This record gives sequence, structure tokens and C-alpha cells, in this order.
Amino acid sequence: MSVRAARLSFAEASPRERLAALLDAHSFRELLDPFARVTSPYLAAQGLVAQSDDGVVVGRGTIAGNEVAAAAIDGRFLGGSIGEVGGAKIAAVLERAPSGAVIAFDTGGIRLQEANLGLLAIAEICDAILELRARAPVIAVIAGRIGCYGGMSIAAALCSTIVMSAGARFGLNGPDVIEQEAGVAELDSRDRPRIWRLTGGAQRVAAGHADVLVDDDTAAVAAAVRAAFAAPRNTQRTAPERLRAAFAAVDPSV
Amino acid sequence: MQEFRVERAGGTPVQGRAHVGVVASGNLEVLCEPPTSPGARVIVRTTVDGFEPTWRAVLERFLTRHPIAADLEINDFGATPATVTLRLEQALEELA
Repeated sequence: MSVRAARLSFAEASPRERLAALLDAHSFRELLDPFARVTSPYLAAQGLVAQSDDGVVVGRGTIAGNEVAAAAIDGRFLGGSIGEVGGAKIAAVLERAPSGAVIAFDTGGIRLQEANLGLLAIAEICDAILELRARAPVIAVIAGRIGCYGGMSIAAALCSTIVMSAGARFGLNGPDVIEQEAGVAELDSRDRPRIWRLTGGAQRVAAGHADVLVDDDTAAVAAAVRAAFAAPRNTQRTAPERLRAAFAAVDPSV
Repeated sequence: MQEFRVERAGGTPVQGRAHVGVVASGNLEVLCEPPTSPGARVIVRTTVDGFEPTWRAVLERFLTRHPIAADLEINDFGATPATVTLRLEQALEELA
């Protein structure tokens, strides 16, 4: 019997624990922490209790000595949904990122209670990622219980490198939405094995939609982020060549 | 949704701040800070209406057991009294 070091689950870690693990030891410094009380002004009016950090943790830290922006979404608060405040926190920290960024996604996408403001926030996040990735690595980590869905899946797809665990899922529309819109014959949202075969980390990496598959282990995820930071995949300001070629091949007259 | 305050005189001021928990189903978030004036003040925000007497009993018992002076803020999403007590204890543990 072999003795192994205890594995610390990334999926079970809180957003602050996740960032502490991904960044160099003791380098994480949170900005707009819970005591800043920058909360959503829209939730109380809709009968919901706001969380003191709006479900988003942002700050600065270092990866192998490089000063980076860091953001982690708390999938436990309203499904990790992105509203005006949480979205602005992510966009702001990315826009001021010195030598790159790491983003730990765990989100169902836009917060429906904040609708268009969430959409706008995600557009700002996407813009910030595109600006940043042309000059520095922006590493996406999708290794949480929810995974990454909705508008934030577009943001993740824009990152330089995507690190995923097998237990996490990544897609534009979630299974419930697909079943609701296209019918149960298209996708049975209760068929969990099928959902993971379609959108799980192993499938996404095999299909090239994500780059690196890791175990659900904070040390393994952190090592993958450091390696990705040293050699980012996608560093273009605009859409990848292959996408532009695909668009160019479309003949609208047909 | 309901919001109310619970206050109690006296107590030893806490040193430092603590933040524990999350606003998720059956859970709550607690923010604990040194008191801005003598005594303990708790602001409770909860999604579940009609349980103010229960909250007062839980907080009264906690503040009797731990006579602290502090500003506390609770953001609750339907946690049971046992969970509330555990989170408050956890906040104190973070301060220790």
C-alpha cells in the first residue's frame, strides 16, 4: 500500500482558498473585500439577501513572481451569477492587470435578476480579456461544482489557456435550458453521464475547447496554472486565424 | 425578506474582523467587526419572514455564552438555528 499526500479538493474550496492556492504562497491581496460592502442594490428589492462581496472575490497576487490580477467567482451564491457589481469587480481588476491574470470560473452566467446590467458587465469582462491577452497571459480555471455556463463561457473561451477538471462542465447553454428550448429528445437534463460526456472537462479537452485537464486537486490545478502562465496558448488580440478562415469560407449567396 | 437589529449592552470588544459563510440555501454569511460603540449590535437580513423571535433567542443565547462587544452583520438564506450558532462560533474562532 502506497502512502499519498492528502489531496485537497479544488471544487470544495472557497473562492478565497482557490485564489490563495493558485497564486504564490501568501501573495494574494483582496480588493473590495466583504467589509467594503460593495453589494448588489437590486436584490433586496426582489426579496433576495445580498452577499457582502456579491459572490465575486478579486485582487492581486503573483504567479512565479509575476504580478497578476486574480478573480474567483463564488458558485454557491445565486449560482455564481454575474450581476452589475461582481461583473464590474472582475472587469476593473482585469483592466488594471499588470503582467497577466488568473480567473477561477464557477458560474451559470448572467444573474437574471440584473439582466441587462449583467450582460453589459460580461461584455466589459470579454473586452478586458481580449485587451490583456495580447500582452500577457490570462489563465481560465474551470474546476468548480457549477463549471462555466452562459455569457461567462464566452469570457472563459477568450482566455489564453483554459485549465479544466473532469468534474467541471463548460458550455454556452446549460442542460436545463437545452431541454427546455429543444425538447427532451435533444437532451435529457437528468441524464448526468450524457451531460458530462458532452460538456465535462475530459470531453472539452479532447475536443480542443479547453487546453489542460487536471485532477480535482488544488496543488495540481495550481501547477497547471503556473505551466499555462509560462506558455499561454492564445495571445491574439482578435479572433483566431482558424475562426477567421472559417468565416471567410462562408458563402452567403448559397 | 426581513431585516431587523438585535442589541445588547456590555461585553468585551472583539479585536480584528472575521468573515465566514456564504449566502446559499440553508446557509448564512457573518461579518464581525470591533464595536463602533459599546455593546453588541447585530443586523439580521433573512430571506425567510416571521422568525424574528427565534433569531432573538439564538442571538441572545450566543451573546450570553460569549459576552462580546461587536458589530455583527448576518446575511441569511434560510439557515437553521443550529447552523446560525455554528457560523457565529466559527466567526469567533477566526478572531481567536
